[in-house]
Amino acid sequence: MTGAIETALRARRNDGGKCLVPYLTGGLGDDWLETVMAVADAGADAIEIGVPFSDPVMDGPTIQEANDRSLGAGTTPQMILDALRDADIGVPTAVMTYANVVYRMGWERFMNELSATGVSGCILPDIPLEEADDWTRAADHAGVETVMFAAPTSPDERLPRIAERAGGFVYAVGLLGITGVRANLASSALEIAGRVKAITDKPVLVGVGVGTPAQAVEVSAVADGVVVGSAIVQRMLDGAGPEGVAELVNEFRVALDA
Amino acid sequence: MTMADPTTQGRFGDFGGMYVPETLVPACIELDKAFRSAWADPSFRSELDHLLKTYAGRPSPVTECVNLSEKLGCRILLKREDLNHTGSHKINNVLGQALLAKRMGKTRLVAETGAGQHGVATATAAALFDMECVVYMGTVDIERQKLNVFRMKLLGSEVVAAESGSQTLKDAVNEAMRYWVSAVEDTHYCLGSVMGPHPYPWMVREFHRVIGDEAREQCQELLGGAPDVVVACVGGGSNAAGIFAGFADTDAVLVGAEPAGGAAVGRAVPGIVHGSKSYLMQDEWGQVLEAESISAGLDYPGIGPEHAHLAATGRARYEPVTDAEVIDAFQLLSRTEGIIPALESAHAIAWIANARDEFQGKSVLINLSGRGDKDVNQMMDILQ
Repeated sequence: MTGAIETALRARRNDGGKCLVPYLTGGLGDDWLETVMAVADAGADAIEIGVPFSDPVMDGPTIQEANDRSLGAGTTPQMILDALRDADIGVPTAVMTYANVVYRMGWERFMNELSATGVSGCILPDIPLEEADDWTRAADHAGVETVMFAAPTSPDERLPRIAERAGGFVYAVGLLGITGVRANLASSALEIAGRVKAITDKPVLVGVGVGTPAQAVEVSAVADGVVVGSAIVQRMLDGAGPEGVAELVNEFRVALDA
Repeated sequence: MTMADPTTQGRFGDFGGMYVPETLVPACIELDKAFRSAWADPSFRSELDHLLKTYAGRPSPVTECVNLSEKLGCRILLKREDLNHTGSHKINNVLGQALLAKRMGKTRLVAETGAGQHGVATATAAALFDMECVVYMGTVDIERQKLNVFRMKLLGSEVVAAESGSQTLKDAVNEAMRYWVSAVEDTHYCLGSVMGPHPYPWMVREFHRVIGDEAREQCQELLGGAPDVVVACVGGGSNAAGIFAGFADTDAVLVGAEPAGGAAVGRAVPGIVHGSKSYLMQDEWGQVLEAESISAGLDYPGIGPEHAHLAATGRARYEPVTDAEVIDAFQLLSRTEGIIPALESAHAIAWIANARDEFQGKSVLINLSGRGDKDVNQMMDILQ
């Protein structure tokens, strides 16, 4: 069964467009949910909502700070899920967090909560294929799409297994490193996008190191689209508010549509 | 039971595993293969043995503590890892990993450090093998272990402050892992304890097994068999894993002394962080809590996954020790035996001082994992 995220991304691709999935840290500022809504209206195809974790090893300074601020304000996973339950966002959403946040609540309970809340997908950067069984069993049962990562270091033999297990889209890691905006797009971004595209029909989005509309356009020559995190979260940290963040998302949208 | 090969899955019962970003999975798999092949290769083993003997100063002696034994009413033996080059057991693991990294064609080591002992040991091995070295250390620890920071720099390493979170060992691990994600192709992560993703918990234990293997022979000579009790301090748990490995299949009672402010086993809540599933200090939502201990080397909210397994199966017991008891034990060993222990190792002394009534007349082997020179400034402030 194809989930809401994959359906939305395929629809965009079938129309000849490129997919845009912004990431926002949940609980960052009182108006974070309004920001989610505004970002949806600004042309996001789906939205990743970060549930903050104390030790985000895949994240660079920007998202670390966002996690710390959100946790400092008392954000819990349950608060984010409760807020999303009552929200009419208009595009499908995925929660991004780390393994222990889900494990602590329980794989099944967390996936069932996502499903009941209307969240379509789940992204866990510290759960590779080798450790995915408990999570994917619970997610499959609850009907939650399991986004999987492909990295520049992934050998060819792993890619089909990653793609097969992936729901929603395959998250191609654009460079050797953690999340954050870089001056230039790494050559590894085009390379990994091409390698994954060659072995799957599922949507392939590149994230990590995609920080400007120009970089998004560049990598989307090969990929089906992009995940943009740190650039957007930086706007949130700077206090740009829902309109300010939406404005940036719209710049990505316009660039990708051009 | 024995402390066995956890297979390529890295499982110790319900614990262990390889919970890392996809970017690092191939590196962990490669490391598992490289270690398996090296550990089975007599030429690797003899090169490492030669280094341990001629460079680190092994075998370390076992000292019988006549005065302390009389005071406590049990027969106290110390495994003297404090006499190793660089002043602690950490050198065993670091020489093994650096040799392996060379064999794998890596040119740089990255490490985390708490008290600075593992950082100094890694910097030492990097100097010896002519490798680059980057050590992450929490800002708080840099402040309380200034001498070790200077040592690392003197040895040619770069020391980088881990400024995120609690600014201690846990955050230094985060930063070292982030660095490794960015530099995995030419850099080996020289992890300092029996934690992290597979194969680290197993590999680091095997590199420290020499402690237990030597001690077993030494006890055979001194006692005619295994001691009644083997005790070691536990943060991540590397020195304890090393000495336990020599006695897991005997009748010896195995005890890990945990800092009361960082007692991951005492709280017994499983969690996933830094690459493996183990016991972890965390809140009800899975956010990792900050450990609090007088000793920077034990200031870690988790514990190696094999220790969680030893605890869950009842093969080893883990007992909390307070900072105040550690301060007493630090002075006790200094005054009775003329040996100034590391604050970490003083946890093991403190435990037997607490539990002596239970073990009257018994033989107790304590792993004296490090010497206390690095801690005298801190103790001077506390005691004066």
